[in-house]
Formats: sequence, structure tokens, C-alpha cells
Amino acid sequence: MTTDISHHLTEPLLMAYSAGTLPEAFSLVVASHVSLCDECRARLGAYDAVGGAMLEDCGVASLGANAYAETLARIAERPEAPVPPPSADLATFPAPLRDYVGGDLDAVQWRAVGGGVKQAILPTSADASVRLLSIPGGAAMPDHGHRGAELTLVLQGAFHDEDGTFARGDVEVADEHLNHRPVAARGVPCICLAATDAPLRFSGLMPRLAQRFLRI
Amino acid sequence: MTPDVTTRDWSQVLSQIRSHRDQAAFADLFTHFAPRVKAFLLRSGASETLAEECMQEVMATVWQKAHLFDPSRAAASTWIFTIARNRKIDALRKQRQPQPEDLTWGPETEPDQTDVVILQQETEELGRALATLPEKQRDLIERAYFHDLSHSQIAEETGLPLGTIKSRIRLALDRLRHAMRQLDRPK
Repeated sequence: MTTDISHHLTEPLLMAYSAGTLPEAFSLVVASHVSLCDECRARLGAYDAVGGAMLEDCGVASLGANAYAETLARIAERPEAPVPPPSADLATFPAPLRDYVGGDLDAVQWRAVGGGVKQAILPTSADASVRLLSIPGGAAMPDHGHRGAELTLVLQGAFHDEDGTFARGDVEVADEHLNHRPVAARGVPCICLAATDAPLRFSGLMPRLAQRFLRI
Repeated sequence: MTPDVTTRDWSQVLSQIRSHRDQAAFADLFTHFAPRVKAFLLRSGASETLAEECMQEVMATVWQKAHLFDPSRAAASTWIFTIARNRKIDALRKQRQPQPEDLTWGPETEPDQTDVVILQQETEELGRALATLPEKQRDLIERAYFHDLSHSQIAEETGLPLGTIKSRIRLALDRLRHAMRQLDRPK
């Protein structure tokens, strides 16, 4: 797995993912980061263990009269699950993201949004949205603050802003207080997976028009 | 069925299912976990019918995916919880829960027994820590895990200010983490 990840998920995000209360868009970023980050996988495991302990301890409900036989019937209807292929270490996208894209980086259906920036909105439940962004090396994202939370995972290249430098596997957790201006590092385009639960708030007229166009 | 079901090593039972497709082991596991999974779903807001159906789906998935269970990484209760949670999100919220990439192992490799034993001890410690949490902290963790509520929804339901809830959940988890020395990772 990727080493040298220096920006990780927060405790509330890991707990909410474990409890199952995050919007799907955020869960996709969390699952993608955890796929790349052994440290956050271990931390998430601790929260899942809390869930498991609660399950052990939450009491018992009486089952339907034929519950066991009906479960065996369900099993008989299912094919044996295939052993999953070894993880594609050469892929740019981790497995959960490949599921949503229908393949790796080369399968993304990009839409140009001006200034060399491209995006692809991924289908999730409507309570939040998630998109892939491709920003040319050296280019800046429009200046924006947030009305809600924004979670950005870098998959290729890097960007930097007031909070530091973010490279592959790093995740930036931004709330409404961060008014940042990410700039992509020179070189290959910076490709990010970004989830938001509210439209971004761009300062300045042109970015606001771009916002309507970008739907971010 | 074995009488002392509560003291069984369920990770070992699940490993039997994984390695040998052992149907008697599955029957024992079902007896223990199916009523708990159903209680979890009922407490999450599922109707009786939906909870029964989801429970059967969860237990069928446990059988079907047993080959992915790694007792050196998760206790049986932890692994079954994640399957039940995913099913709950699917059935009650009509959403998918994207899953982290599975860590796979070759068919010939077996989990490290030392890791399995350590994880088992930690899980027991966690259970004890959870049982001795102050009532208020335990109540909030239960709401977060069972009732599918965000922190702000919990605030509405309990009338507690959001900051209090976050710090209380944090404190509870700190105590749990303290109890789980091995799983405790510095930030």
C-alpha cells in the first residue's frame, strides 16, 4: 500500500463511517483513503470493533419460525463468491472508486470545465456530491470557501494550499472556516476525489458563474 | 447446539466455516449472532418483516463471504457488524456503503496465530470497557451506532448541545481506546 501519507482522516469521520451515518459521497472518499492507508485502516478497525462489541451486547430478538431454513435457502440461491483478484497495485484508483467509475483512470468520462480543469461527477445519493477533478500541473483552483464540509483525496500529482502539501493518498478535511486556494504542483495533472455536502462558495463574479457551471 | 454459546470463540468458529465450509459451525454461529443482528436492525428502525429479511441476508452473506474473514484483523463480532451495517444502510437508507479494498491473502497462507490471540484479548477487553462505561457515555455511543443518527440529530433527540455530545462520545472512545492498548494508534 501507499507509504508516506501525512494527511489522514479525522476521528469523527472514521466513527461516522463505521456507524454508517455518512452520506454516500463521503463514504466513497473514506473507503478510498482507507484502501490506500494502513494507519487509517487500523483506526477504522478500532471503531468497527466498538460496533462489534455493541452487536454482542445489544440484546437478542426472536427469530421467525423458519429463520434458519430460510437462510439456508437464500444461501442455496447464491453463487459461491469468487475469491477476489489480488489488489491491482498498479491502478491509480483504489477498488471502491473503480466500482463507481467502472474502471481505472482511463475509464473516466471527463467534462472540460475551463482553464484545462476537467471533472466527472459520480452518481451517489443526493445528500452530498462527489466528483473527480483533474487540474493541470501548476494551475490554481478558483478561490473558494465552503458552506459545508469538503473532503478531498489526492490520487495523482499533488496540490498545496494554506494547510500544506497534499500528495497521493493524502486527504484534506476542510470545513466552512477554511478559505483556501489550492494550487496543483508542476508536472502531471493533479487528480483528486472531492466530496462536498454544500455548494462551494467562490469569491468573485467569474468563479460564481463557474460555480453554476461546475455544479460545485 | 453447544450450551455454552456465549463463551465460544466465534472467530475460531467462523474460521471453521471459512476453511472447511463447516455447516454445523454455521448453525452454531447462526444461533448466537442471528438474534443479535435482528435486534440491531430492529433498534435501527427496521420493521419486524424487514429486520427478519435483512438478518437472513446478513447471515447468508456471512456464509458466502467467510473466505474473506481474517481472524488476525477482526473479531467475528466486528466482521459481522460491518456486514450488518452495510445491509442496514442498503435497506433502510437506500444507499450503498462503499467498502475499502479487501486485503487478500493467498489461499495457502494462514493468519498469524499470535495476532489472532492478541486481537481476541483486545476484543474481550473492549467488551469489558464498554460494559463499564458510565451510562451517559454508553447511551450516546449506542445511539450513534444503532439509531443511525448523526451528531446533530442526536443533539435534537437528547436536547444536549452539540459540543457536549461530541466531547462525550470522544471521551467514551478515549476510554475505550485506553482499554485497547494494542489498537490505540497515535494520531
